[in-house]
Amino acid sequence: MPHLAVNGVRAKYGAHEVLRGISLSIEKGEIAALIGPSGSGKSTVLRALVGLTPITAGQVEIAGETIDYRNANAVRAARDRMAIVFQQFNLFQNMTVMKNVTLAPVKIKRRPKAEVEAEARRLLDLVGLGDKHASYPDQLSGGQQQRVAIARALALQPQILLLDEVTSALDPELVTEVLDTIRRLAREGMTMIIVSHEMAFVREVANKVVFMDRGEIIETGAPKEMFDNPKTDRARDFFGKILRH
Amino acid sequence: MDRLVEQIPRFFTATNMMMLAEAAYMTLAMTIVGCLIGFGLAFVLVYLRQTPGLWALPLRIVCVTYVEFFRRIPFLVIVYLVLFFIQALTPDASLFTIAVIAICLYSVAYTADIIRGGLESVPHTQVEAARTMNMSRFRTLIMVVLPQAWPVIIPPAIAFAVSFIKDTALVSQIGVFELTFRGKELNNQGYSGVLVFGTIALCYFILSFPLTLLGQHLEKRLATPRGQRSARKIRRT
Repeated sequence: MPHLAVNGVRAKYGAHEVLRGISLSIEKGEIAALIGPSGSGKSTVLRALVGLTPITAGQVEIAGETIDYRNANAVRAARDRMAIVFQQFNLFQNMTVMKNVTLAPVKIKRRPKAEVEAEARRLLDLVGLGDKHASYPDQLSGGQQQRVAIARALALQPQILLLDEVTSALDPELVTEVLDTIRRLAREGMTMIIVSHEMAFVREVANKVVFMDRGEIIETGAPKEMFDNPKTDRARDFFGKILRH
Repeated sequence: MDRLVEQIPRFFTATNMMMLAEAAYMTLAMTIVGCLIGFGLAFVLVYLRQTPGLWALPLRIVCVTYVEFFRRIPFLVIVYLVLFFIQALTPDASLFTIAVIAICLYSVAYTADIIRGGLESVPHTQVEAARTMNMSRFRTLIMVVLPQAWPVIIPPAIAFAVSFIKDTALVSQIGVFELTFRGKELNNQGYSGVLVFGTIALCYFILSFPLTLLGQHLEKRLATPRGQRSARKIRRT
């Protein structure tokens, strides 16, 4: 049984259909990378999974359980199992790093505060920011903020972690620190879906590469075969364009 | 002019000054009580107005209609409406209560738009992040949006209340013993209009100027995130 199964999912922004029947399945511990030109719907897949963009057709199953996104309780259950990290971090600007990480586990999941804070310290150590728990987001660099955002997502104890272009808003010298954090999670066996433009990184950490264009999945494969020998013209065309840079 | 100078010692008596001080207190009290209740109710109105979903459409229409309606009728008309409506319900309601209700109705409509603007100034991505953590709409508002919206809401809300101190002069029309009403009374007692209303004007200035300064001070304090933090620290100690 796949950890996450997406079957024929469609989504619209107004009249424009951004997802035109997406199907993919991800095993436990697998790392799937969504790649493709901008506007191809990669980020929308993640937004649909956490219920930020409504799904108009299709189904999603998490560990064999079908999630009905029209039902608010089911969406809450889906969000309990998946956590998302955004391109722009979206840390709460009015709270310290510690408060950002502990807020939802304490207030929403109602776990004991002392336990959550101990866990938060461990996670901040994991992302290399153990000394920053009392800082506010605007006192941190973009790379540090993004690592806090990853710690915040992990504190929710998700089964699946969704990373939406987490390095796109960062200065080049800050990208490495965030990628190192993701590598560490990959080694720990976290199931992840990564939307990324860092092709070398995708090739290194992903088990499965999904190429999307105009709201559809064009090709799926192991990173090596996909990058070295794409089967479809559109994928070949895309790799040709990005590799020329 | 001679008459005016001759009247000055007779005008500035303890009795008259006590009366003006009480009237000034009345003006300030009804503005503050009315605007504070109005401000609180405006939050409720904005929250209801932002209720998502098709089922809440009538609710949203009611909220929008309220704001648009009460912003487009003169305050004096609201005062008369409240007067006759309340007196029909309970004939012995005090004029002060009636004035406060009128001020509430009016300030809700104005501050609702100030509050809505403040809430909308917080990037929607903050709300989305909260939503994906299963935070409820109310909790997101209280814990995430409002703390970031205060710097945008507070300065114009205070500016509104301060300028409204003047507009409460209109409730003298229904006989509330506030500044302008007492001014008219003294004028009818034969004191020179220039003398009486000059003094009244000074009273309004003395009431509102310190509040303007307070507003400017808060605005500066709240302008930067760092300022917000120091404000928070001060509150904590």
